[in-house]
Amino acid sequence: MEVRGLRAGYGSNEVLKGVTARFLEKAVTAIIGPSGCGKSTLVRCLNRMHETAPGTTMSGQVVLYGRDVLSLDPVVLRRHVGMVFQRPNPFPNMSIFDNVASGLVLNGIAGGRSELEGRVEASLRQASLWDEVKDRLRRSALGLSGGQQQRLCIARALAVSPNVLLLDEPCSALDPIATARIEELVLELKKQLTIVIVTHNMQQAARVSDFTAFMLLGELVEFSATGTIFTKPSDKRTEDYVTGRFG
Amino acid sequence: MRSYAARRAVNVVMLSVTAFCAAAALFSLFFVLGYIAWRGLGALSWAFLTRLPKPAGEAGGGIANSIVDSAKLVALAGAIGIPVGVLGGVYLAEFGGGRLGALVRFCADVLNGVPSIVVGLFAYALIVVPMKGFSGLAGSVALAVIMIPIVLRNTEEFVRLVPHALREAGLALGVPRWKVVLRIVIPSAARGIVTGSLLALSRAAGETAPLIFTAFGNRYWDSGFLQPMAALPLTIYTYAISPYDDLHRQAWAAAAVLMIFVLAINATTRLALRTQAMEAR
Ligand SMILES: Nc1ncnc2c1ncn2[C@@H]1O[C@H](COP(=O)(O)OP(=O)(O)OP(=O)(O)O)[C@@H](O)[C@H]1O
Ligand SMILES: [Mg+2]
Repeated sequence: MEVRGLRAGYGSNEVLKGVTARFLEKAVTAIIGPSGCGKSTLVRCLNRMHETAPGTTMSGQVVLYGRDVLSLDPVVLRRHVGMVFQRPNPFPNMSIFDNVASGLVLNGIAGGRSELEGRVEASLRQASLWDEVKDRLRRSALGLSGGQQQRLCIARALAVSPNVLLLDEPCSALDPIATARIEELVLELKKQLTIVIVTHNMQQAARVSDFTAFMLLGELVEFSATGTIFTKPSDKRTEDYVTGRFG
Repeated sequence: MRSYAARRAVNVVMLSVTAFCAAAALFSLFFVLGYIAWRGLGALSWAFLTRLPKPAGEAGGGIANSIVDSAKLVALAGAIGIPVGVLGGVYLAEFGGGRLGALVRFCADVLNGVPSIVVGLFAYALIVVPMKGFSGLAGSVALAVIMIPIVLRNTEEFVRLVPHALREAGLALGVPRWKVVLRIVIPSAARGIVTGSLLALSRAAGETAPLIFTAFGNRYWDSGFLQPMAALPLTIYTYAISPYDDLHRQAWAAAAVLMIFVLAINATTRLALRTQAMEAR
């Protein structure tokens, strides 16, 4: 997945000022940068969630498998590019099972009952949640802990078999143990899909990602292999930020 | 700065005033309930609930037709008013940001403040005059007009309360907007929507004025919505202004029946919502 000269904003406030970046397939790319620099806006452009808010603007190119997705139906695009948000947001009126099945059922792509059950189980296993919930699939998703809810949201996103998974600070509401489980999960999942993860936690970026993008004030300052960013960044501002000297 | 003692005195005075007002509000509720129970329950009997009214001046008789007709009137009013109110409320909450939304909201608030007798007059002009006769249908339409703004604004409030994150979660799964509203937003707000609709129903069940020149009242069984129909509030009104003691007694009993009707709607709503909330845990 790729963005070229991407500009986006809210009303007259331009937040992304021409970002060009390439997210390699079956790799994890971390996006780091100070608060308000446009990380969330960037990932929300990748699945065109950005344009669902009123008054937003967007131009440039977003390319998936050689096609400019700005010309695609956003609804179709979002089935290929899944997203997990900062706060776990399971559907409160649905059971654990129905939450995971929701994408398949609501999009009418569920096969028969047994196929649905199979895909729900597979997604929950992928999100390493199956063992914890297999005995209470019919219970409300709100009965799960925050970390379990976040893995449930990952399972829900995985159930529609996306090619790309966007994670916007998926661990910011979680404790260190739940965070560690999600990180393991990310490393496991990258064998199958492309992952873009926004994080404020440098160690997390260093632990899970293959590439790191450093953003500042709506611009992409540096994009390289994670090891390079953290050991010998080529830009002074990146160095200041990753070493914690930045304001 | 005032002294500590003075501030404490003010505190005590204010607390007593608010406590007194709270007690006064509660007292009037219990007074009304208790007085109706006292005057009404004594006159209640199986015959009263299952028989038709006797000819004027004769003692005895019942209000069976009023009970059944009230239920029919309110049911039809709900069948018209609830879908319009709920769908309109969903529209306002989900898509009503523009001019049209503001206009609808304003009209609903005005409609909510229109005296119910005026709504009755509207149904009279709309249905009774062209169809050349009083009818249950006209009564139900009048009640529906009263219910619509209540259901509409209530639905809007509850749909608005559904967290934005849930809509985003749905959209991010590649679910089209209308399906997100229908399958995720509305079910999440269902408890509030149902409560509001039932409260509007119980409000409609107690209305008298809009029925006076629409449903009109009927001393016999009716045969469908195109004829004049009885209704508990109408019966209470006619009996209460009649010169007969026996009818006054019956008016109290009918009032007790109406109270039970309305309390039952309220209680079932709350109970249903509570069990649903417990199952969700
Ligand atoms: N809905 C919105 N309406 C108007 N402006 C917005 C909106 N969302 C974000 N912004 C602005 O866009 C800029 C970038 O926001 P964005 O959420 O992309 O930052 P971020 O890098 O994700 O920050 P954080 O690390 O705090 O999540 C901010 O300056 C913010 O004020
Ligand atoms: Mg953000």
